Amino acid sequence: MSGGVQRSLDLARRVFARKGALLSILYLAAIALVAMLARWVVPFDPVAQNLMSTLEPPSTAHWFGTDELGRDIMTRVVYGARTSLLTASGAVIIAGTIGVPVGLVAGFFGGWRDAVLMRIVDVLLSLPGILFAMALIAVLGRSQLAALVAVGITGIPSFARITRAQVLSLRKRDFVMAVEALGGSSAYNMFRTVLPNSWSPILVQIVILSSIAILLEAALAFLGVGIPPPTPSWGEMLRTGKSYLYDAPYYAVLPGIVLTLTILSLDTLGRTLAWVLEDRHELAEEAAPDRMVP
Amino acid sequence: MSEPVLSVRGLEVTFIGGGRPVPAVRGVDFDVYPNEVLGIVGESGSGKSVTSLAITGLLPDTARVKGSIRLGDVEMTEADREILRQMRGQDVGMIFQDPATTLNPVFTVGRQVTEGQVAHGQIQALRARERSIELLREVDIPDPDGRVLQYPHQFSGGMRQRAVIAMAMAGRPRLIIADEPTTALDVTVQAQVLSVLAKRQADTGAAVILITHDLGVVAEVAHRVAVMYGGRIVETGPVAEIFKRPRHPYTVGLLQSLPRIDSVDERLVPIPGQPPNPALLPTGCTFHPRCPIGCDRAICRSEEPPLRAVGEVHHSACHYAEEVARLFADAMPSDRIPASVVARAAAAGPPLLAVDGLKVHFPIKAGILRRRVGWVRAVDGVSLTVGPGETVGLVGESGCGKTTTGRAIMGLIKATGGSIRFDGQEVTRLSPGELRKARRHMQYIFQDPYSSLNPIKTVGDIVAEPLHIHGLYEEMGGGARITELFELVGLPRTVLGRYPREFSGGQKQRIGIARALALQPRLLILDEPVAALDVSIQAQIINLLQDLQKELGLAYLFIAHDLSVVRHISDRVAVMYLGRIVEESEKATLYETPVHPYTQSLLSAVPVPDPDARQTRRRIVLEGDIPNPAKPPSGCYFHPRCFRATERCRVEEPAFEPYPGLPTRSACHHAGPLEAVGSRRGASS
Repeated sequence: MSGGVQRSLDLARRVFARKGALLSILYLAAIALVAMLARWVVPFDPVAQNLMSTLEPPSTAHWFGTDELGRDIMTRVVYGARTSLLTASGAVIIAGTIGVPVGLVAGFFGGWRDAVLMRIVDVLLSLPGILFAMALIAVLGRSQLAALVAVGITGIPSFARITRAQVLSLRKRDFVMAVEALGGSSAYNMFRTVLPNSWSPILVQIVILSSIAILLEAALAFLGVGIPPPTPSWGEMLRTGKSYLYDAPYYAVLPGIVLTLTILSLDTLGRTLAWVLEDRHELAEEAAPDRMVP
Repeated sequence: MSEPVLSVRGLEVTFIGGGRPVPAVRGVDFDVYPNEVLGIVGESGSGKSVTSLAITGLLPDTARVKGSIRLGDVEMTEADREILRQMRGQDVGMIFQDPATTLNPVFTVGRQVTEGQVAHGQIQALRARERSIELLREVDIPDPDGRVLQYPHQFSGGMRQRAVIAMAMAGRPRLIIADEPTTALDVTVQAQVLSVLAKRQADTGAAVILITHDLGVVAEVAHRVAVMYGGRIVETGPVAEIFKRPRHPYTVGLLQSLPRIDSVDERLVPIPGQPPNPALLPTGCTFHPRCPIGCDRAICRSEEPPLRAVGEVHHSACHYAEEVARLFADAMPSDRIPASVVARAAAAGPPLLAVDGLKVHFPIKAGILRRRVGWVRAVDGVSLTVGPGETVGLVGESGCGKTTTGRAIMGLIKATGGSIRFDGQEVTRLSPGELRKARRHMQYIFQDPYSSLNPIKTVGDIVAEPLHIHGLYEEMGGGARITELFELVGLPRTVLGRYPREFSGGQKQRIGIARALALQPRLLILDEPVAALDVSIQAQIINLLQDLQKELGLAYLFIAHDLSVVRHISDRVAVMYLGRIVEESEKATLYETPVHPYTQSLLSAVPVPDPDARQTRRRIVLEGDIPNPAKPPSGCYFHPRCFRATERCRVEEPAFEPYPGLPTRSACHHAGPLEAVGSRRGASS
């Protein structure tokens, strides 16, 4: 698929051309990189306690200071990024692999399949995300996997609905009917014609759900039902840090800033993608010279 | 001659933003006098619409205007917004292409018709109702007292456009700009609207600028014509001069590439190539790459010819305007053969496609429980046959069910009843898998080349797709076969790796045809294949289709609303009205001696690109619009609009049967040639 590669490059070029998106991507890439190379980036162990130096302010040895158990906060922020990114990617994979096919089938066939599938999606949508996640964790117990599954399931409806809306509009287009007229089966048409034309909104949704997933994971940890300690998590650090807000403000504030910037970057990237992809769509239609007059 | 109403001098419009500036209009001069209709003709990208927007000051902010536009004593290019706004209501009336979007859906039609006059303080709000009724009566809207309180959605398309004309004329403007006023309308409705426009113009003595791509419409209503190409006027003169003695090769090309309703050519003479993209204009004369008389002479490539006088009131922008006369004389009369002479032998043997009593009914669902409350009878008993190598034209106005018929034959829409036999095999009862196999030899070409190609595949992959679907790619010759298909439709092999958006409309339609030919079909169902294309490109595609038919022995079911195109390409023609075929015959017979009153009015309503025919032709202007197929009239569906209708037509449905003495079948109680029956009643005008 050289065409796919070329289109991706074209998209990347247009996203990078926008300053906000470029900064966001650089920030997110840096976070992802240090999370993956954590062992070589930060010299400390994220869980090893050192009760001799608790709640120390930032210094050359500990850039973000130390926590109430003497652990290096920056090290824990870096390892915490792993938790966040793992939850985000896991949730996106779960929500996408279930939501996209559901929306595809519902939108493509319509009729009773649409009615049944979308009612199930409506039920999922009617559950408040965080309560549903807490209930699920209460059943499964506190673990990385439970948090990830919980967030993933709450993300299914948005993928299903967005895919369905896109498929519905494509279903009416002549080129989809043309493949049917050429003798292509429904499965062929669905996966080879409709799905490849639906990636734009799905891509945007992937970015948006990542941001929601990171925030939800942090919220669960903050409420004390997230990933169990001592695994570092940004939400967990905010939760403990708030008890020392007067003695050691940096403890909660610095991880909070990292979390805020991550969410901000993801949202900026999502907005830019949506804008650029929509614009690209218009560009495709510009071939006719009379289109220049609005 | 009196003072011109509008005087345009050296008008230039350039669009900036998004890279380099795009010159859309490059130096246009013209005058419009009172009581005159100036037709501006051109293809897409010629700058005709931009010119009209410049006159009314409605160009977007990215446009830069140079030159002078004088309306009476006012210089429009220097006037401020307030003055322009005043003039738009009082001195300039505008009629746009789509009446559905020109009227505001939330206000009554009556209120909108006089809105401008009330706003400008010409009439008192209390008297507006009275004035609206008067204006609606003037544009022949039936029951204006009742209609004045209705909303746009209660009006039909033709009535809406007449209301828009009433609105544009309300303040008795000195100038009316009509931008493609009938392009969105059906041919019988177009005839109504054009006659109303002409009548109101004569009543008020206004000057009218009529912008259109349709030479027939121009010949029908314009007094003078300006032909635009590449942002300039290339020829201007009185309408009879332009059609009889054109002095620019582009005008000659347009006239030759047009299929005509009044005669039959063996073959159209298309203008080669594409209309130029305003962003990438050729040097010198913009027409030289497509010109048959320039012969690549140096001056054509280097120097843009000025618009110069070639007659008393006739101007042409061609270096060799004098030679054009010979070009036109050579081409036109000798090639034009009287219609009755050309008649191909009817195909012998069993038909390839036989459709019998085909019905497609769509349920209308309403209420929370989505219960069925009625049926839309989109196709209601259509029978037709297509023989091997034969072209059958299926014509009708929008909403008559012709596209649904085509799609049902193709199996894209499920038939409610009737039988479809393709090559002796009944296809309505096949399972989806069997149907896919059977359909291999039947292919479909879509109307809109812009949306029928998958935008994310290369055109090479698009054409190869049917072979991959049926697992025949290797068997049919793989890549060599794809190249061969591209050459067959006249595209170079170098374009294989490019995407649909890089092609023009005509090229996309060629790719659509190549895709349909990949599986070596025997029947092509063509759904308005040239309706979305410019005149010069339309001729190229029609010629291609005829060549392919000869070369590959294809049968065509050609679905179209354009009677001229259908006449040109078909062997037999079937006319549809409201889901049924009302008349079917050999082409020559149907066009020469139609027996069904609907066919007769349809044929009389088609604008003919011959200004002399204006006086001599008899026009049957049908009243009203096509009824709603969910609530068809009783008896004969056509009786409410028919000029021969009697009591019998109201109650008894006519059978579709042969008409004695002609190879024609028709469904009418009072079928008969126009002279014999039509003269009894005074329905013609």
